[in-house]
Amino acid sequence: MAFLAYFLRRLSLVIPTLVGVTIITFTLTYVLPGNPAVVKAGPLVSPEMVKELEKQMGLDQPFWVQYGRYVSGVLHGDLGESASTGRPVLKDFKQRLPATLELTLASLLIALVLGIPLGVQSAVHRDTAIDHIGRIVGVAGVAMPTFWTGLLALYVFFYLLGVAPPPLGRIGPGIEPPHAITGLYVVDSLLTGNWKALGSALHQLMLPSLTLGLSVMAPIARMVRSTMLEILESDYVKAAWAAGIPRRRVIYGDALANAMIPVITILGIVFGFLMAGNAVVESVFAWPGIGNYAITSLMTKDSGPIQSFVLFVALLYVIVNFIIDILYGLIDPRIRLE
Amino acid sequence: MSAVIEVRDVSVRFATDFGEVEAVDGASFEVREGEILGLVGESGSGKSVTATAILRLIRRPGRLTGGSIVLGGRDLARLGEDELQKVRGTEITMVSQTPRTALNPLITVGEQVARLFVLHAGLSKADARKRAIEMLAMVGIPEPERRARQYAHQFSGGMCQRVMIAMALATSPRLLIADEPTTGLDVSTAARILDLLRDLGHRTGASILLITHDLGVVATTCHRVAVMHAGQMVEVAPVRALFAHPAHPYTRALVRSIPRIDCEVAMEPIPGAVPSLLNIAPGCRYAGRCPWVEERCRQIKPGMTEIAPDHLVACYAVEDGRARVV
Ligand SMILES: Nc1ncnc2c1ncn2[C@@H]1O[C@H](COP(=O)(O)OP(=O)(O)O)[C@@H](O)[C@H]1O
Ligand code: SF4
Ligand SMILES: [Mg+2]
Repeated sequence: MAFLAYFLRRLSLVIPTLVGVTIITFTLTYVLPGNPAVVKAGPLVSPEMVKELEKQMGLDQPFWVQYGRYVSGVLHGDLGESASTGRPVLKDFKQRLPATLELTLASLLIALVLGIPLGVQSAVHRDTAIDHIGRIVGVAGVAMPTFWTGLLALYVFFYLLGVAPPPLGRIGPGIEPPHAITGLYVVDSLLTGNWKALGSALHQLMLPSLTLGLSVMAPIARMVRSTMLEILESDYVKAAWAAGIPRRRVIYGDALANAMIPVITILGIVFGFLMAGNAVVESVFAWPGIGNYAITSLMTKDSGPIQSFVLFVALLYVIVNFIIDILYGLIDPRIRLE
Repeated sequence: MSAVIEVRDVSVRFATDFGEVEAVDGASFEVREGEILGLVGESGSGKSVTATAILRLIRRPGRLTGGSIVLGGRDLARLGEDELQKVRGTEITMVSQTPRTALNPLITVGEQVARLFVLHAGLSKADARKRAIEMLAMVGIPEPERRARQYAHQFSGGMCQRVMIAMALATSPRLLIADEPTTGLDVSTAARILDLLRDLGHRTGASILLITHDLGVVATTCHRVAVMHAGQMVEVAPVRALFAHPAHPYTRALVRSIPRIDCEVAMEPIPGAVPSLLNIAPGCRYAGRCPWVEERCRQIKPGMTEIAPDHLVACYAVEDGRARVV
């Protein structure tokens, strides 16, 4: 019951956030270069025709009217059209979303699987070699821009060593993608037992997800380290030592479970980094996702897809943070039961 | 009575930013079968560090620099970590000073007791749960079945301490160390917790090392008492003898500082402050506060002398008869 109240309270906070997000994305049309009417009509029309088109598109209406129309469009799934492809943006998005999700989730998994143990070990072996190496790797991961690490990884693993495939999308040339269930190639090929597709999809995913994953591993490892340091000094961890609970269980059970609470908080921020990094990494590896699409649109000053990309990322961000709030409640009885 | 645990010449040093500090300097005492031994001293005198040393849980920047801790024929000071882990929580258990924060906030109270039965007694989950509820009932927690499913934040400080005691006694230990177990509890709750400890110690046959800075608690709860000052053990005596004939100058001051209802004389505070342990002279650490101090006190630490049956004191002035015990 208390949890339901918590859930509803969190949910009610989502709505004002969404209103703010749509105002910002809508305002983007004003900020972005290029008059939508001009982009739509093409360069060879007279000013009168542009005026006419502006009227048709409602661009002469007051701000709030235009905003209202925009929101109602969004609510009906109308994200406008891409001026350059002429296709509805939503359609392009739907097609490209699985690629982005697959890359993002794989990167997040890599960041967590490497970052959490690294953080724990850095805390347990504070000020020893492990801790120092962890710190260096972390700083390097944050300091080096992903387009650079991506290119470097390609140069070394594809060009020099030849262990990575050429950066040409999600699956090797001539290999049939798995039957679509979730749209994630790795998951679908696992579900359908398509080992050939699985191998190829993983191979293609390797470098981009490592590039993106390593770039966000550092904040996770640092956060785990600092909370673990605090929690290893807590009374209940000391009590667990004194009660003869085995070392591994104290560290990875009692302590890490408690450390996950603040770590989950920064997962929201990490997710933001991932979405921003996505656009860059997708371009470097020719990954057919929405980040790549947004960058291409940015090059051609196609405001529709950019606006929708920002809206989409913001929406995802809100959803992820909502899920994080709920996770909190599930993990921490102090929140769930208050 | 035979000793359950014998602590001999235990020393603990801490590396600090300002230099090495010897927080415990050659402490010796034993806890006997079935007794409650009080360990008293002002705050900062090394009581908690001594308890931590017995469990071999001193960690950086501290280290155990010497001495032996003999329990059941084994010297814990020489055991490896794997063997120590089997001693902790089974033969020696601990009740801490911070009941509210000593329970894991994410695990139900019942589960925290039950997992000790699974781990140390090899019980099945279901049996462990049943035993946990019995233990909670034994330490006086009402509605133990329901309370077992709750979390620490739903318990009061006194109830948390009862849970800690249940956990500490779950495995029928030989020694229970209670480090200021009534800190932060109101007077009547504190009294009930002490009653519980005394009663359960008696019923389960566990010996108790009761750490406190309160001589009143010692008087009502303990059989014998060991007095610590600035990391040194200065006097060990049966409770009655200690109050009737305090021998060490520090103990005398401590006893005089107890507020009394039956006496018009105002209590006297102990002169001087606990000395800083940095760059402290090798001898008696009470020298800076002692009316009987002489040169050798600062040079060489006095050894323990038995001035009456079972009554040990470390002081030259008492040894010489200059400070006559009245
Ligand atoms: N982690 C530590 N680092 C440095 N010195 C410490 C540490 N823990 C304890 N000490 C030293 O040990 C002394 C005794 O501490 P403690 O045993 O907690 O006292 P008590 O329990 O009698 O109040 C402290 O005054 C301090 O000098
Ligand atoms: S007389 Fe000397 S040994 Fe005895 S307490 Fe005083 S300083 Fe210490
Ligand atoms: Mg203490």
